Amino acid sequence: MITTDICIIGAGPVGLFAVFEAGLLKMRCHLIDALPQVGGQLSEIYPQKPIYDIPGYPSINAQDLVDNLMEQIEPFHPTFTLGERVENLEKQDDGSYIITTNDGTSVHCQVVVIAGGLGCFEPRKPEIENLEHFEGKGVAYMVKNPEQLRDRRVVLAGGGDSALDWTVFLANVAKEVTLVHRGDTFRGAPDSAEKVFDLAREGKVNLILQSNITSISGNGHLQEVNITAKDKTVRTLEADNLIPLFGLTPKLGPIADWGLNIDKAAIAVDTTDYSTNVERIYAIGDINTYPGKLKLILCGFHEAALMCQSAFRYVYPNQKLSFKYTTVNGVPTF
Amino acid sequence: MIQFTIEDRDGTRQPIEVPEGINLSLMEVLKASDYNVLATCGGMALCATCHVQVLEGLDKLPPAQDAELDMLDTLPDADFDSRLSCQLRVEESLEGGVFRIRGAEQ
Repeated sequence: MITTDICIIGAGPVGLFAVFEAGLLKMRCHLIDALPQVGGQLSEIYPQKPIYDIPGYPSINAQDLVDNLMEQIEPFHPTFTLGERVENLEKQDDGSYIITTNDGTSVHCQVVVIAGGLGCFEPRKPEIENLEHFEGKGVAYMVKNPEQLRDRRVVLAGGGDSALDWTVFLANVAKEVTLVHRGDTFRGAPDSAEKVFDLAREGKVNLILQSNITSISGNGHLQEVNITAKDKTVRTLEADNLIPLFGLTPKLGPIADWGLNIDKAAIAVDTTDYSTNVERIYAIGDINTYPGKLKLILCGFHEAALMCQSAFRYVYPNQKLSFKYTTVNGVPTF
Repeated sequence: MIQFTIEDRDGTRQPIEVPEGINLSLMEVLKASDYNVLATCGGMALCATCHVQVLEGLDKLPPAQDAELDMLDTLPDADFDSRLSCQLRVEESLEGGVFRIRGAEQ
């Protein structure tokens, strides 16, 4: 069990800067992020893009900002759990919380700060009747272990690169591979598309174009996939596995079930201190919403500072908080 | 003024007028006009919640860049006339267009 004062969910720029503001008030932080590295969107999506609205930097590359933030918070020795997704939140009798990740890491903390940005990227689910009923019973949204599909009858759905790539790969593994795509062309990756058309001509994969999977059925486990063509004709395929591959979309994930007030996929907060409706849980950065909200890094920094002033009372209930400038006091390390 | 029409998910249409040179994306105009568009990623072609179907004026639009095409390819409900409204600048090419809102509501 990891023990800390503040557990920050999300290690993007705002989560990182919260460590600095917390550190000034002698509060220790542990950060958890689903991505394998710190920096959030900045490192994952646009590391080399310049950002022009960080005060004091006419222009700074996203990754450089992350590196600078890591240097800035180093005196406070934050600890990290990376590549794991937060799953559970358990309130303790004394008001503190234990947070658990999908890999079983648990963190005991006095305060929870959600700085989750866009949220977690989760597979996009198509509208297919009964789809969720068969999740884990033949339906999966990614191929984790292709060997599990050996000698199976596999139906893939989608028109993007991953649908094409897995169709090509599984042609030599599965007993039968069918790719269902709503269009009749594939816009991306012409090489992969050409391979899929070749395999279809050779009879190694079954390519069903201009069609959608409309419903699935089975007795406990997936058995049949019903496919409706553009001309409304319906055909039924026997299948052991269905893998819809429709990319990833950002979602709040398990956080959505924590009893927090949610408004349009964002967490509603009180702008006095960026607290949520649940005591000891705060939300800062792109993941929160309030009247006038702007999704800017600099706004997230401001939110982090105010949040820490408020969270102090839970970490040091018997101490009075006195506000100090770094110009006067420097950066106290611990 | 640039004029175009928005069709909401329930089929109701509304004309929209936007001054030229406003430097906004169609997504930003939709949000400012109180349409229920999540635009979770803020305009980086990452979430596709601002997906629109171009009912009229598709040919006039500038072609989609790779990031937009990659995203559209993965959508279960995208068609040949699908675009991401965050990638469409409000400019002359939108004049007279009709856009149906398609993106996920949550």
